[in-house]
Amino acid sequence: MIKVYVPRDSTALSLGADKTAQAIVAEAQKRGVEIELVRNGSRGLFWLEPFVEVATDKGRVAFAPVQPKDVPSLFDADFLHAGAHPLNLGLTEELSWLKKQQRLTFARVGITDPVSLDDYIAHDGYKGLTNALKMSGADIVKTVTDSGLRGRGGAAFPTGIKWNTVLNAPADQKYIVCNADEGDSGTYSDRMVMEDDPYVLIEGMTIAGVAVGATQGYIYLRSEYPHALKVLNEAIEKANQAGYLGENIRGSGKAFHLEVRRAAGAYVCGEETSLLESLEGKRGLVRFKPPLPAIEGLFGKPTVVNNVISLATIPIILDKGAQFYADYGMGRSRGTLPIQLAGNLKQGGLVELAFGATLRELLYDFGGGSATGKPIRAVQVGGPLGAYLPESQFDTPLDYEEFSKIWAVLGHGGIVAFDETVDMAKMARYAFEFCAVESCGKCTPCRIGSTRGVEVMDKIATGKDHTKNIQLVRDLSDTMLNGSLCALGGMTPYPVLSALNHFPEDFRLNKKEVAA
Amino acid sequence: MTTVLTSQEKARIDAQIQAHREMPGALLPVLHAIQDDLGYVPEEAYPQIAHALALSVAEVHGVVTFYHHFRRHPVGKHVLQICRAESCQAMGSEKLEAHIKSTLGIDYHQTTADGAITLEPVYCLGNCACSPAVLMDEELHGRVDSHKIAEIIQEARAAS
Repeated sequence: MIKVYVPRDSTALSLGADKTAQAIVAEAQKRGVEIELVRNGSRGLFWLEPFVEVATDKGRVAFAPVQPKDVPSLFDADFLHAGAHPLNLGLTEELSWLKKQQRLTFARVGITDPVSLDDYIAHDGYKGLTNALKMSGADIVKTVTDSGLRGRGGAAFPTGIKWNTVLNAPADQKYIVCNADEGDSGTYSDRMVMEDDPYVLIEGMTIAGVAVGATQGYIYLRSEYPHALKVLNEAIEKANQAGYLGENIRGSGKAFHLEVRRAAGAYVCGEETSLLESLEGKRGLVRFKPPLPAIEGLFGKPTVVNNVISLATIPIILDKGAQFYADYGMGRSRGTLPIQLAGNLKQGGLVELAFGATLRELLYDFGGGSATGKPIRAVQVGGPLGAYLPESQFDTPLDYEEFSKIWAVLGHGGIVAFDETVDMAKMARYAFEFCAVESCGKCTPCRIGSTRGVEVMDKIATGKDHTKNIQLVRDLSDTMLNGSLCALGGMTPYPVLSALNHFPEDFRLNKKEVAA
Repeated sequence: MTTVLTSQEKARIDAQIQAHREMPGALLPVLHAIQDDLGYVPEEAYPQIAHALALSVAEVHGVVTFYHHFRRHPVGKHVLQICRAESCQAMGSEKLEAHIKSTLGIDYHQTTADGAITLEPVYCLGNCACSPAVLMDEELHGRVDSHKIAEIIQEARAAS
């Protein structure tokens, strides 16, 4: 029976994938043709969703974007045998957008049926765990350290070092917590992993548990991701049934239990200590550090808190070895980064590449330039707390250190493009507004500073006492940058000051005034 | 707005509390369960929740009010969330917001006169490659324009 793939990823669904799938099944029935419909994950070419594929003996052939009205003509053109049709894009694997990528963490995404454990195993799934179960905890941690993997959530802290602290912290109970509170605008790689390849996250967390001696894991998932919740729960249940989770993982005598917990729409809970408070059932107030969560984390016990992408990258490292992963990348940024193209781009989607590609390559070679056809004026990298970069900085390579040299952050790898219609003073105001809405309220610079920031930006817009108010924004930013307890208040100055410094004309300033 | 819970609603709340109270850090799961069931977390239920979890009423109130997701008032039959984050702004979400507000005749956190739709802002739906995005109940929509939103609203009203 011919296999037809129609993605079940949220973005595909948001563009009508369910209706497309129904139309294909109905048309096949009408014509008496037998097909097997597979609801796979998305390949990440989101501008082409619903992205339909047909399995042929030469490989999978893509037809995209397919709307229900296209379905009869696809059958007429014998698309089930890769027939010629305006929507026929040829072999999926040969599409240059995919061919140019280096997919390690996303190796299976879009290829498999996300909730099929058999499919996962048939595509190299659980090889990493099989290796890990034969190793000592210290050896697993050493492999992760040697791979050079750094936290993909934003702070870029070496994952292996975090794990080592937990490994060496004696306790009767330890925890693995996955930070799946992906709240950054312009990011969706966590969502894709959870919806499109959930077992890779489950496997990564299980390996983490085995490595540091933790028997309980929690996935703290955004409440805004209803589809991810369903997929994760289904996958966890199947992994339990098959002995990949539970009291005795694959007969190893080791236990690991996993549970999804829903967040409740607080951006600050992406900060690890605030997240732990929330998991404990409290207001998500940021904790003072020390103690580090690795020593006293969830319920006061040693806890590994890692982002989805960090954990989802563990299986391939344990499968292919530390060196295999470390061979990708540049400088101290080893391996690959799943980059998310968003905002005003013609071709938005997921691009996984070794560190080192430039913004320009991503915006134009992959992104195809702006969706509106107007010049790209600014891009924000790394979420709402990331800096805005002007065209003159588009040749910066994606590398943690290179970005920090230009006072920018790579964060979670989200790139949001804006065309020339953007008002950067408005975006700076928005950054303060966002901080005011989301501040947990524990520290003064963030709680009060953000509200004062909105007010000053409103004054700047009127032009009154202009020089004084610009200075006030700089002073306020300095206080927030150096005096906030966590990154929310501490990084709000990134979008604010980068907008002010790179786009002074939007603040009723000329370049000379800025230099002064 | 004060509401008086029916005895049936009280029983439903109690059932949700009983089903989740033994979980470590049970308060958020309990609140989610109640909101999933009733559409909001009634203030009247705070003492019941507090008692079951050995918390003070103030602590329950503190948690409910801290998180944007939890609602303290009943909502319409459908909840429409509009993404206000940067990626959607880059694709004209502000115009869309204004259009939706004027079409429905309501602002954020309000419900249409016919009780069909409650409007809420949201910061990122993770659909940033196809901005602007909205979420109608649990159904995500991408590349939303005035034409598409009219269809979405009409479908929701027809279903209610």
